[in-house]
Formats: sequence, structure tokens, C-alpha cells
Amino acid sequence: MTRRESDRVTTLHGAGGEPAGKLLAERILPRFKLRSAGPIGLDALDDGAVLELPPGQVVVSTDNHVVKPIFFPGGDIGRLAACGTINDLAVMGARPVAMTMGLILEEGFPLADLDRVLTSAAEVLAEVGVALVAGDTKVMGKGELDGIAINTTGIGVAARAISDAGLRVGDAILITGTIGDHGMALLAAREGFALQTQLESDVAPLWPLVAQALQVGGITAMKDPTRGGLAAALNEMARKARVGIEVREADIPLRPEVQAVSELLGIHPLEVACEGRAVIGAAPDRADAVLAALRGHHLGQDARIIGHAIPDYPGRVILDTGIGGRRFLEMPIGDPVPRIC
Amino acid sequence: MSPDPFRLRDPLRARAFADLLARHAPPRPVRIVHVCGTHEITIAQHGLRELLPDGVEVLEGPGCPVCVTSTRDLDRAVKLAESGAIVCTFGDMTRVPGTRRTLAEARAEGADVRVVLSAADAVTIAREHPDRPVVFFAVGFETTAPGTAAVLLEGPPANFSVLCTHKLIPPALSALMSTPPVHIDAFLAPGHVSTVIGARAYAGVAERFHVPIVIGGFEPLDVLYALWLALRELREGRAEVVNAYPRAVTADGNRRAQELLARAFEPCDAVWRGIGTMPASGLRIREDLARWDAERRFAIEGEPEEERPPGCRCPDVLMARAVPADCPLFRTACTPLSPVGPCMVGAEGACHVWYRYGGRPKL
Repeated sequence: MTRRESDRVTTLHGAGGEPAGKLLAERILPRFKLRSAGPIGLDALDDGAVLELPPGQVVVSTDNHVVKPIFFPGGDIGRLAACGTINDLAVMGARPVAMTMGLILEEGFPLADLDRVLTSAAEVLAEVGVALVAGDTKVMGKGELDGIAINTTGIGVAARAISDAGLRVGDAILITGTIGDHGMALLAAREGFALQTQLESDVAPLWPLVAQALQVGGITAMKDPTRGGLAAALNEMARKARVGIEVREADIPLRPEVQAVSELLGIHPLEVACEGRAVIGAAPDRADAVLAALRGHHLGQDARIIGHAIPDYPGRVILDTGIGGRRFLEMPIGDPVPRIC
Repeated sequence: MSPDPFRLRDPLRARAFADLLARHAPPRPVRIVHVCGTHEITIAQHGLRELLPDGVEVLEGPGCPVCVTSTRDLDRAVKLAESGAIVCTFGDMTRVPGTRRTLAEARAEGADVRVVLSAADAVTIAREHPDRPVVFFAVGFETTAPGTAAVLLEGPPANFSVLCTHKLIPPALSALMSTPPVHIDAFLAPGHVSTVIGARAYAGVAERFHVPIVIGGFEPLDVLYALWLALRELREGRAEVVNAYPRAVTADGNRRAQELLARAFEPCDAVWRGIGTMPASGLRIREDLARWDAERRFAIEGEPEEERPPGCRCPDVLMARAVPADCPLFRTACTPLSPVGPCMVGAEGACHVWYRYGGRPKL
């Protein structure tokens, strides 16, 4: 009688021998349909991939992904990893072409969970037409890691890369959708909060949406509001471009559920992460056309112009609160924690 | 989505209240003091100071439970964690420095410190780890104390105990009014504390010190309404307790919560960080529940209360004698990432709120 194979990750999976090969051949490779972007791709299992890139400026971005819980309403760490990298490239104005993926797994991690995570990542790459060209898997001992960590590196090509520092006075500031969905969905889903909400993460690959906006022209700066949320993204854009930014709180699209959870936990929705949104600066004469282009895509239905770059208060962000007051919107500090009472 | 779903944030009504405030502003400058971090957050987050008439100043007193937790109590929690207990507390508390380190730093060095949302969560952890001592580091005012009382009275597991540093608001108001110099013309009393203790609980303070006390809710219009009522009392020379938050607060408060508090705790003198000892302003676990009292059980001592750092004006901020911007360290040496004084540590501390939301009166 053959011994039943474990349904969990073991140290053998990271040792480079037969179990590692099996993991790769049976669970990882077949999930990703596009596996090369040049003469040597993932199937070659060589020491590196060789890419053939279209003409333009090459943009590279890398990211480590750890998230708690790894499965959350609207997504999981696999989808997050793929989207995170694609979105970093997209907001540089680059079409994502290829990605690498490094997996670090904890001994005992359920293989079924790994399958789910890889399937999610593969779906995103297939949707946007990005090849997985290289990767690596390591296993750490039980207790040395919390389940799974993923590193991704993306390579994209831009006709002309767009930085997050390009705002000019007068530019309109656009947001492509509702704010805070990802961060609040995660907070609500974390053990202990026990909140029954319909909240889902906004995690999504932005390239198709951004590509549509780029066709209009006039985009001066872009950034995805991930950690630190919209507040951090706007502050960084203002500081780097040495302009002020004035935004109207009433125009910032916010789901009522996000608002409600935010009130309950005392965490401001503008300070929590989005994983499928972009902040876009557009020249004044193109702002309406960019907005129309964004709204023409299903990911941009809730897009809005939320404010403008101004000559006053360079490096600072001013928030017109809906109630008639004005205040600085500050750079968030640390991870948000729920209030006491 | 806009338009704002919250009627209590209606800009037209806010403007109407701003006009009322301007009409009722007394001819002399007045200071209205609140003792609630959530009020400060509402005021700062919505830029309400811009709507106040000149000469009307609103300040935060000792309204942040994290800020007023003494270094001695923090040292005790850190020592308990370092000695092998699982210490459970609210998220903010893990960042507050004791004499040597914060709970978060103790955790980084191997101690087991967990963030919970309630005392009941800490009891759950105690049931999951019957072989280890689990200590709930209880902070907060009359709002969080009933939760602690409830778990104590339900007979929690033997490995569970509470390091109790709960504090009371009315004695703090009395202490503020009886510690010269006093520059307080009226109080905006905290809505959530008042849901528990009831409006009547402030009557003694209002009468003794002839100071108007208006209980306010936490939406922007709640705050503006309460401030207007306070100004009206000042103009008319009255000093009464007015409940401007009747949708949540009654005259007698929550009897059930009060009963829990009375059965589990007795008042005691308490040290408020940056202020000192205020008589009968704290809660101590009663003798018959002593087996769940971490202080009696572990006999862990804190270091002597720390001297305040040079230049830090937190004591003045906590006593409502200064605003954060008056402090030379604010935003320079003292920031939320490297706080010098207690008001910058807790997320509801005046300095922290001003830093985070920009509490400047006018832009």
C-alpha cells in the first residue's frame, strides 16, 4: 500500500528534488497559460528568462506581499500579488509584459490553499496578457513564517513613462473609483472584528483602465493609493511636484459600507489601502476627456474629479470637509489601529 | 458617495449653526473644554474650528485614556509581558512608552502581547491558553470599564486577570476646575461616557464650580449645537447641565452598566500621566474579585513616575491651558513616530489629533 501523499507543504517541497519538481510541474506551471515573453521562458526551467520587449522605456517594479487574512472578501494574496505588480507598472504608464514570482511557504501550509492562491494570480495574468517568466519556491520551517509570502517583479514597457511627480498647478486630480474598499474589507474580515458586511476588496488589475485613459493624452502624473491610502498618495504627489493639492471630501467616492466601518473603527477611509484604484493628474483641458475615458471602462464607473493642483501650500494637501471647514489632509502615520471607545 | 448620506453633516445646517454661534458669542474671549478624544477628532477632522467665531476657543483636556495612563502602570504591563504572561490590550496602548520600552517593543523582543477589541476577547484568549497567565491591561473611562466589569463578574478562567487602570470623567472635571490657574468657561461633556453615567452625574460639578456643562454627540452638527448651547448659557450667566445628545443620553444613564461598575469596582485615587494624582478618579477591583486582580496577584512594581521631558507642554495641554501648537516640540522634536509627550502617543491625544488632522483654527 502506498503511503498517502501529504496535502500540505513539507520541507521537501523546497529542497529542489523530486517533490519540488512535482510541485512545479503539477501545481505551478500548468496554472499559468502565458509562460514566456521571448526565447527562454518558464518552461525551460533555466537559470533565467530571456525577454524580447517591444520598443519603448522599460519599467521594472518589485513588491513583497504578506496579508492577513490571506483569503479575504473579494480576493486573496495571489490576486493581490499579481495586481499589485501590474498596477505599479500601469501607473507608470507601462504595459505589463512579464512577471516573476518568488514563493516562500511555511511548512504545513495546505496545498489546496496554494492552489487557490496560484489560480487567482494566474487568472489576473491571463486577463491582462502578462507572462510568468521566472520564479522560485522556498519552504521555511513551521512557525518561521506566517503561511505564505510572495515576491513579484514586473517588467513593462511605456512609450513615455509617467511618474508620480509630474503634477502642475491647475491640473485636475482624478480618482478612478471608490476609496478604502480594500483596507476596510480586510479590517472587517480580520478575526475579532466579527462585522457582517457586504464589503469587498477592490483588488483589480488597472492596466486596461489606465491604457484607455492614456489614449486621451494630457496625463501628467499617476499613482496607486496602496499603503497609506489616498491621503498618502496625494501627499507624496504634492511633495514631489512642489505644488499644493486641494480636494473636496464630498466629491471623493465612498461606499456607505466603507463609511460605516470607518466610523465604527475610528479609522479614516482616506488612510487605508486601495488595490484597484489610481490617482491621476490631468492637464486642465484634458481632464473631462480623461474622466469620460475612465468612466467608459467598468473599473472606472465611479471615477471622479476630486480636486486640483494649486499654487498655495506647496507640498501640502488641503481637504474641503463637506461641512464647510478646511483642514490639511496629513500623511498617515503607521498602520491604522481601531480606537478604544 | 456624495451627497453626504449623514444629515448630521449637512453643510447648510452647519453654516446656520456657525451664524448662531457668531450671534451668541459673548463679548469676551471664552474657552470651552472637552475631555474626549473623539470630540477632538470630530472638530479637527471636519475643520470645525474654522466655523467658530473669533474669541471662542475649544480645547481638549485629559480626554485620551491612552495618554493619561501613567508610566508606572505601563511599566507593570511591560514587566508582566516580559515575565511570560500573555498581555492583551487595545491597539494604541502597545505604542505608549513606559520608562524603558513600549509593549510593542517588548513583543519584538519575544514577549506575547496581543491586541484585542474588548475584555471579552482577552477572556477568549485565556480559555485558549489555560496553562498561561493572561492579563487584560484595562484602560479607558466609563465607556470601556463596564465591559471589564462584566467579564470579571461572569467568573472568568483562573489564568485570567485584569491590570485595572480605568478612570472616571466627573472627578477629572472637578480636578481641572480646582487646580489653579483655571481658564475654563464651560465644558463640552463626552457623549459616550454620558450614555453610561447619565446627565445627572455632572450636576455636582456644574453647581460647585458654577460652570456650564453641555453633553454633546460626535457628529459635526452635534458638536456645533452643543457649543451653541454652551455659549448661550455663558451669555445668560447660567451654569447648568444641558443634554444636547438626547438620542443617546438620558438623565440617569445606563443603570445596568452602572450596577456592573459598582459591583466590580470601587473608586480610588489615580495617577493621570502629565497631571498627577486626582482624588477618587480611578477604579480599583473590589476585594471579593481580588483573585482576578493582576496588581494583587503579581505584585509587580513600576518605576517611579517619570519626570516630564524638557520643553514638553503636555501637562498644560492636558489641563486645557495650552493647545498643541503652543508647544515648542510640536511637529519638530515630537511627532507620532517619535512622541516626546503623552498627548502625541495616543490616537485620541490632542497633539496626535492636531498632527494627524491639522487642528489649526484657520487656514
